Amino acid sequence: MEFDFGAVLVDWRLLARGIAWTIGLTAIATLIGMVVGVACAWARSSGPLWLKGIVGAYVELIRNTPFIVQLFFIFFGLPAAGLKLTPETASIIAMVLNLGAYATEIIRAGIEATPKGQIEAAVSLALNKVQVFMRVVLPPALKKVWPAMVSQIIIVMLGSAVCSQISVEDLSYAANLIQSRNFRAFEAFIIATLTYLALSIGLRKLLNWAGPKFFFGR
Amino acid sequence: MTSSITAISKRGFALALASAALLAASGAHAQAALDNILKAKVIKIAVPTDYPPYGSVDKTMTPQGLDIEMAQLIATKLGVKVELVPVTSANRIPYLQTRKADLVISTLGKNAEREKVIDFSSAYAPFFQAVYAAKSMKLTSFADMAGKTVAVTRGAMEDQELNKVAPPNVDYRRFEDNNATIAAFVAGQTQTVATSAAVAGDMLAKNPKVSAEFKLLLKDSPCFIGIAKNEAALKAKVNEIIAAARKDGTIDKMSKKWLGKEAGDLPV
Repeated sequence: MEFDFGAVLVDWRLLARGIAWTIGLTAIATLIGMVVGVACAWARSSGPLWLKGIVGAYVELIRNTPFIVQLFFIFFGLPAAGLKLTPETASIIAMVLNLGAYATEIIRAGIEATPKGQIEAAVSLALNKVQVFMRVVLPPALKKVWPAMVSQIIIVMLGSAVCSQISVEDLSYAANLIQSRNFRAFEAFIIATLTYLALSIGLRKLLNWAGPKFFFGR
Repeated sequence: MTSSITAISKRGFALALASAALLAASGAHAQAALDNILKAKVIKIAVPTDYPPYGSVDKTMTPQGLDIEMAQLIATKLGVKVELVPVTSANRIPYLQTRKADLVISTLGKNAEREKVIDFSSAYAPFFQAVYAAKSMKLTSFADMAGKTVAVTRGAMEDQELNKVAPPNVDYRRFEDNNATIAAFVAGQTQTVATSAAVAGDMLAKNPKVSAEFKLLLKDSPCFIGIAKNEAALKAKVNEIIAAARKDGTIDKMSKKWLGKEAGDLPV
């Protein structure tokens, strides 16, 4: 068998646009998903009972169903209820919901590992509830679970390949489109594979640097 | 006769005898198929059962579809009963060659290889790829597609054909398979859909609430009825029935019912 990578690389514009979409989707989903995760982790660990129930249901629903089904429901299912979303918006919502649910549980684990005395000390210093959570509870919690968090974000980025199923033009869409035109499946997918690998390594490095710098000091 | 032959264990001998018998049989049948059908008062017609809307089985396992209706029409016009023989794309021509069927009505396209082994009637139904969209949408030429979203199946013929004729700023939404393509259009995620008549007909049949109709033709390769070689009498009779059905609008009505578009001009 002969390989012809040139036949695939000729479409480098398609690939580059695909990479840009994959990075863009992941970046937006990570930023919003983390906020959702922190908020829900707070709600689940120290929120009112009714909120705990709602957040618990959300987390269980998302964590116990496949991502592709969630995505199909949002894209193909919701229009029946009158909510029409572009493939890109549907993908971002699905990724945010997905990451949010996993992040909730990861951050909650970190919060629960924070010693009670630390919180009591903060309260005795007359910090209010928000200050206690944002300054005393959250940073050490994030620090403890950061490696798990980074892994989860990478899983979400790799999972974004599924969004090509609803015609989002991400990296796997580009690879698939190219190979359906020139039948160079091996070359197209090996390029996609190596690109995903490079993106994952790069993202892990970025997050390992950004975590301590922006979220929990040192 | 054949059963006594297969009872003989020596395979080569049995095979030689069987082919001799077959040759003799086809010789005897030549030019006589029409007479035999009229005498037996039954015509065996090979139809698809796995290819909606041309041929499929409904919930009660009764065959239905354009090809099945065509088979029934031919039988009715001949004044005989129809015996439907389910076939697949791969075995429909052998069924005809071995006389297990008198006619094949199974989305059969005409090409040079096939013409060497069987004869063809006039075309009885269109088979085409086309662009479909909501009835309210104005779409009379490919230029009108500028800026519109279209659902297509990735790598399918429609995708390639559309690329040749549509303006460059058409917003392609490519999906993995026909189901996803149709689902996206039915859900209203795209304004138009480019697909084969078979798939579109199925969509219209299963989602009567979807407002969609045939808009633009992409590619045409009509269906013909297959007839065993050298059966001029039967072929003439079938062509006569098709011509009459085209004249009185039956063909157009069937096409409209199953494919969402009138048959229009079909090659004779």
